[in-house]
Amino acid sequence: MEYHLTLPLKEEERLKLKVGDKVFLTGEVYGMRDQAHKRIVELIEKGKPIPIELSDSCIFYVGPTEPKPGEKVGSIGPTTSSRMDPFTPILISNGVRVIIGKGRRNRDVIEAIKRYKAIYLVTPGGISAYLRRFVLEIKMIAFQDLGPEAIYSLKLKDFPAFVSIDTGGNSL
Amino acid sequence: MRTLNTIILADYIEKLCREINYKLNKRVLSLIEESAQKESSSIGREVFSQMFTSYKIAEEEKTPLCQDTGMVSVFLDIGQEVLLEGIPIEEAINMGVRRAYTSSFFRSSIVRDPIAKRENTMDNTPSIIHTRFGKGEEVKIDILIKGFGSENATALKMFPPTATRKDIEEFLLEVVREKGPNACPPLFIGMGIGGTADYALKLAKEALLDLKPMDEWEAHLLERVNSLNIGPAGLGGDITAIYVKTRVFPTHIAGLPVAININCHILRIGSAVI
Repeated sequence: MEYHLTLPLKEEERLKLKVGDKVFLTGEVYGMRDQAHKRIVELIEKGKPIPIELSDSCIFYVGPTEPKPGEKVGSIGPTTSSRMDPFTPILISNGVRVIIGKGRRNRDVIEAIKRYKAIYLVTPGGISAYLRRFVLEIKMIAFQDLGPEAIYSLKLKDFPAFVSIDTGGNSL
Repeated sequence: MRTLNTIILADYIEKLCREINYKLNKRVLSLIEESAQKESSSIGREVFSQMFTSYKIAEEEKTPLCQDTGMVSVFLDIGQEVLLEGIPIEEAINMGVRRAYTSSFFRSSIVRDPIAKRENTMDNTPSIIHTRFGKGEEVKIDILIKGFGSENATALKMFPPTATRKDIEEFLLEVVREKGPNACPPLFIGMGIGGTADYALKLAKEALLDLKPMDEWEAHLLERVNSLNIGPAGLGGDITAIYVKTRVFPTHIAGLPVAININCHILRIGSAVI
């Protein structure tokens, strides 16, 4: 099946998505990867405030290239999700409901996805020149000192992805 | 004896870094096209079509093939009749990388201290440099730009000397099964067999620099990898890998090192002879 979806996704929208479905996402997502995950989780564990709102959010594992002068976005694509596995269950339990990345996830992540009816989407790596067409805007919003590893806000328009783990924990 | 100022290396490296981040080598592209013909799953065919669209946009719009513009490895074959003068070779090469990455808005992906601070060098240097000396008056540059989604899928196993081809095959399948889906399939797989542990890893990288035709065993390895049904982007399908290439070297009576170096479908290689 194919779905055009607008973020944030309601629970009933997530429930209808099944492994292998193709989705086109529109809306705002957080772009973040390794070091930002580590920091956010450290803050959560210490009970300190975090710089982004996680409730019903979508995270895209990404570290984009810088845009050329006069352009809004550079090449954009997913980075390997499994590196974020140790941090993902705590982020899901704090409100993250949609994740975009590439590759497989471990058992703990699959369990958290099932428990909170979240959804894991993948998009191919190495097609970043194509994927940039579906990103309207990108802004650094937190942890500026991390450079390409900072937290970004991305505005997606019909961004293509495939369902890799659905709310029932079924995976490809 | 021919005299060469090392600064010319900076110019060549800069040009190659730019070219191969935007455009696939012809041989690489034709191998991917051949593989795409053999893909029967609809999701796999769709991924191939996204790949070809992306390659075209990257070349036309001069935007990087991947946001991970990688760590640069340079393999230099230096003819011993060449007298190199000027700044040190390493400096010249890093100068070329720095110029390409900062002026083309490629992502700076290198951190200075790998453990504690992980502070970004902001110009994608240093690069990894291998040198070899041979006959002649030329300097040959081979360059490989690799992202870490695939570099992290590297594996090394020190087999006992009594191991067989079959054992090596099983190791390859185990590695691809476990790490292949993360490495942006369809893959190019390089294998280094023999030498020492470090040398086997280097051979595995070098195996993919010239993409010579596969021999019978390599074709068989490819077929077995493609029976894993990982498929393009790991979404299932016939084409998990596009190519498997081995490079062998004499080794010690007590061992059989085998290194596997996996590349994503955008195998970013280039070469030049000065």
